Amino acid sequence: MAEVLVLVDHVDGQVKKVTTELLTAARRIGEPAAVWVGDGVESGRAALAEFGAEKVYVAPAEVNDYVVAPKAELLAKLAQEKGAAAILVSATAENKEIAGRTAVKLGSGVLTDVVDVNAEVVTEHSVFGGATVTHARVTTGVPVVAVRPNSVVPEAAVGAAAAEEAVAVEISDAAKTARVVERVAQEKGARPELTEAAIVVSGGRGVGSDDFSVVENLADSLGAAVGASRAVVDSGWYPNQFQVGQTGKTVSPNLYVALGISGAIQHRAGMQTSKNIVAVNKDPEAPIFELADFGVVGDLHTVAPQLTEEINKRK
Amino acid sequence: MNIVVLVKQVPDTATERKLNADDRTLDRAASDGVINELDEYAIEEALLLKEKHGGEVTILTMGPDQATDSIRKALSMGADKAVFVNDEALHGSDAIQTAYALAQALGTLEFDLVVLGSESTDARTGVVGAALAEYLGLPQLTLAGKVDVDGGAIRIQRQTDYGYDVVEAQLPAVVSVVEKINEPRYPSFKLIMQAKKKPVDKKSAADAGIDTGRVGLANATTETVDFAAAPPRAAGTIVKDEGDGGTKAADFLAEKKFV
Ligand SMILES: Cc1cc2nc3c(=O)[nH]c(=O)nc-3n(C[C@H](O)[C@H](O)[C@H](O)COP(=O)(O)OP(=O)(O)OC[C@H]3O[C@@H](n4cnc5c(N)ncnc54)[C@H](O)[C@@H]3O)c2cc1C
Ligand SMILES: Nc1ncnc2c1ncn2[C@@H]1O[C@H](COP(=O)(O)O)[C@@H](O)[C@H]1O
Repeated sequence: MAEVLVLVDHVDGQVKKVTTELLTAARRIGEPAAVWVGDGVESGRAALAEFGAEKVYVAPAEVNDYVVAPKAELLAKLAQEKGAAAILVSATAENKEIAGRTAVKLGSGVLTDVVDVNAEVVTEHSVFGGATVTHARVTTGVPVVAVRPNSVVPEAAVGAAAAEEAVAVEISDAAKTARVVERVAQEKGARPELTEAAIVVSGGRGVGSDDFSVVENLADSLGAAVGASRAVVDSGWYPNQFQVGQTGKTVSPNLYVALGISGAIQHRAGMQTSKNIVAVNKDPEAPIFELADFGVVGDLHTVAPQLTEEINKRK
Repeated sequence: MNIVVLVKQVPDTATERKLNADDRTLDRAASDGVINELDEYAIEEALLLKEKHGGEVTILTMGPDQATDSIRKALSMGADKAVFVNDEALHGSDAIQTAYALAQALGTLEFDLVVLGSESTDARTGVVGAALAEYLGLPQLTLAGKVDVDGGAIRIQRQTDYGYDVVEAQLPAVVSVVEKINEPRYPSFKLIMQAKKKPVDKKSAADAGIDTGRVGLANATTETVDFAAAPPRAAGTIVKDEGDGGTKAADFLAEKKFV
């Protein structure tokens, strides 16, 4: 069976959930081979084996010193050497860029924001703010596919070897032209990451100020990530990286709670594929209610604290 | 410093968007065309850089006839001139083909910097900037929340999940912007009038150095197999808060096993 390359997302050796989703999808297509960049593979290997990685290609951390290009070189080289059947990455902003450059190198087509992929590498997409479902496939070269987090249900496999193989990497001069000279982490607290979280609680203009504690408290009671509408981000009430929607992050959690968000099409584009949607809005006509599995027409400043208290009570 | 800004015309997200039943490409007649919103930030950033460092701002658009509306808008924001690559052979090009075609067109222009949006609201592929840098063999400075140019050196803040990376390179380079970078200006009446007289250089695919055997639907690297309206969501339960709205929501979450 041909290898399917899966680019691993990890933080300090901790494999992200989306990688287990990609490995699960890769098993439909062929034999999953994880591609690990940087240190920490010792702590991540068990998780890769559990979800079916037969091999783990390990590339040195130096690959991270330059923007995107060295990772594309790495994936293109492995795809050629191993005769890969497909390359899967998670659909984050950076990984989509890696997918694009890799496709150019391989003379392949690329498909991004995929919500499902089958054994023939036919992909499913939710487009136009969730209004239309399309299926697509790559017609030229090795398919390069970027899959949205939380789209595939991860399933453990039995007895994969996750055999480590170091990859000799020689980064070309052309790939060294954009150099990362500093990484700046902005405080984000102990909450799960937005695109990965199983539950997201988002606040909109209805929150009324930069005091987001009503949203954060509910999120914390559920172990959820916090999101925000663009109106909130534009007002400077909450940082940019938490924006959900067309020009923000696309999330697809099991539960999405929208507090004081009207549900504009551009917001919906980023959350419409959530499995369950709960909305609190004082306007019964708010379009968000069209999507809600459960909606409360009321003031979020009384409903959300009561909900938080109830959840904490029932724990 | 000469800057080329890549501007794409997209269907207005506020209108209903459709695909053509026959070739499964975007139905451009179904909705009004507008400038891809992120591209306004790209234009603004180019204008700010020009104000600081001098030079010229050129708009480069590839698209159907209607895209001239977006070109005029870009010129009325203050760009100096435009190049419009317009050829039936380009219809149906996918992201990789678009990047190839834009790279070829850029090859016919002189520039120190290419600025583009980080994503279009219709295709939403987010790959054009990276693929373009690959084709051109230029530094990729994408997802920029801040751009500083100093002589031949350029430094950006690249948005990441954890905050940002500081990235450095030498010009010429490809920069894509995120929307927090600036606040796009509104065209003044005077600029709108002036824009009508600014030159728009219309090019065929061949003029732009594009091999028509590599672009368009017939040569696409990807194919839309089918499409359908998304199944409607089952109608939910909506309650009015009568002092117990939070409790009722908690009951729903308990029923769904979230608490
Ligand atoms: C090209 C483009 C891209 C965009 N991208 C995005 C994007 O990525 N993400 C995004 O979110 N938006 C995006 N937008 C903006 C989008 O169109 C909306 O303007 C935005 O989503 C509105 O945010 P909101 O729902 O918080 O605010 P509003 O639309 O103002 O809604 C606030 C809601 O809160 C309710 N409310 C007020 N007070 C209370 C209260 N006390 N209790 C309960 N409810 C209350 C109101 O009834 C109202 O429904 C984009 C727009 C464009 C043109
Ligand atoms: N046909 C086009 N003409 C000019 N610029 C384009 C075109 N298509 C894409 N772009 C640029 O590429 C960016 C990213 O688009 P995409 O990768 O398709 O999401 C856009 O914001 C534009 O700046």
